[in-house]
Amino acid sequence: MTAIAGVRDERPAVRAAVSVAVQLDRVSKSFGGKHVLQQVSFSVAKGTGVAILGRSGTGKSVTLRTIIGLVRPDSGRVLVDGEDVCGMTREHLNTTRRRIGFLFQTAALFDSITVGENVAFPLRRHTDLKEREIRDKAREKLEQVGLESEYNKMPGALSGGMRKRAGLARAMALDPPLLLVDEPSAGLDPLTTDEIDDLLASLKEDAKTTLVVVTHNITSARKLADRLVMLHEGRVEAEGTIAEFERSDNPLVRAFMTSEHAG
Amino acid sequence: MLDATGRIIATVAGEAGELSLFGFRAMRDAFRPPFEVGEVFRQVHELGLRSAPLIAVSGVAVGVVLSMHTRASLERFGAESMIPAGLAIALVRETGPLTAALLLSGRIGAGIGAEIGAMRVTEQIDALEASAVDAFKYLVVTRALACVIALPILTTVMNFCGMLGGFLAEHAASGMSLRLYFDRSFSLIDVADYVPATLKTMVFGFIIAVTSSYLGFTTTSGTEGVGRASTRSVVFSSILIIVSNVILVRLIFFFFPGLQS
Repeated sequence: MTAIAGVRDERPAVRAAVSVAVQLDRVSKSFGGKHVLQQVSFSVAKGTGVAILGRSGTGKSVTLRTIIGLVRPDSGRVLVDGEDVCGMTREHLNTTRRRIGFLFQTAALFDSITVGENVAFPLRRHTDLKEREIRDKAREKLEQVGLESEYNKMPGALSGGMRKRAGLARAMALDPPLLLVDEPSAGLDPLTTDEIDDLLASLKEDAKTTLVVVTHNITSARKLADRLVMLHEGRVEAEGTIAEFERSDNPLVRAFMTSEHAG
Repeated sequence: MLDATGRIIATVAGEAGELSLFGFRAMRDAFRPPFEVGEVFRQVHELGLRSAPLIAVSGVAVGVVLSMHTRASLERFGAESMIPAGLAIALVRETGPLTAALLLSGRIGAGIGAEIGAMRVTEQIDALEASAVDAFKYLVVTRALACVIALPILTTVMNFCGMLGGFLAEHAASGMSLRLYFDRSFSLIDVADYVPATLKTMVFGFIIAVTSSYLGFTTTSGTEGVGRASTRSVVFSSILIIVSNVILVRLIFFFFPGLQS
């Protein structure tokens, strides 16, 4: 890992603090002999945003999945609000998951129910709201992503960008204090990307939602993240603020930052 | 050659072991809260009620064909009056349950395999888990319970429609009245003929749901994998139904020795 000014270097002694929403402590994961994550450590303070950068196949999405317990690490700890998700019972894990919103790269909408029902799904499962209140809340979330008129459409009738926005509405349904977002701008036009970035930024600023965003888009990262984590070949290559990344002499970091400027 | 055979045996044994564990987990989780009652009823409607037309039409057709064959055989002995009873016993004891199960392994098995397989490759199963829902319970246990509930009902529909088909064929051949036909049909059938044979279809339903759910859950390789899961669901469910039927019939004869006479 490249040392960047202001970056702590205390990975062996990671401590869970109340102000920390997410903490990965020397997390490693292999699939079929391929080391996808190797001793990955970083933390995300509550109410802040962290963008995970890196080339395709460097373990960014797997990192997000370990945070919500969809992937169990081979070694290391993943703490959410100070509790290790790897050692939780299913009931405990599900209680923790209710505090986490997850936007999948493919949106992963349930294609057998309408867009509105997709957004209402977590509300129906995990709240005592009345049917009318559930519908109102689902409509409100769809309105936030500009899809209020698509409530009764099936997911198959939506474009890729609309599916992504509907997925975001579902992820926000329970107003989770922690939002994990996997490539929010992938496959979207620049205007829609801006709209989604603005929405996520407002969640962070107004609702103090903690954001962990996987992205290739430095412009999005600049808007959403207080800190950046760059993964390379399953390891944390660099970690720091945008300003620290811009000053970095790490060739990979410079390549990423330069590609943004070139764009 | 031996190496290849050994590998195939190891693969089959491994898959069988995984499938068995999957089935045991479904049985265990069926008795653990939370009970997804609403989803079970939705699946009974989706998998059961929507299969009723297929079962009804097939039942009538099977009844007509069985009646024609039975008539051809019994006519030689001048025992045409036994046609309704003979056909009813054949239907209720074996033909109805097995035919219904095999037809449903095609319709339901392929559907479950493809649906869950597609959910796997499009990350919908992960999305369920991320939404704090036990995907296994929500998808597998509900379908297993729905099939266990629906199969005996659909088998009864099959039996009844089979008898109706038998009547249509017999009425066309001899002009037998509906009342006389059904009087004769039920003259030799008792509860012991109907109950064990129909209840064994609960096992068939469990086999269909668990096998196809397992193949859907373990789908890889995108849409090609979904197609493969769907096809294998039908093939494996059908084979397991036919093999388990041998064991179940043996068990029924053990517990109801009167049925062998």
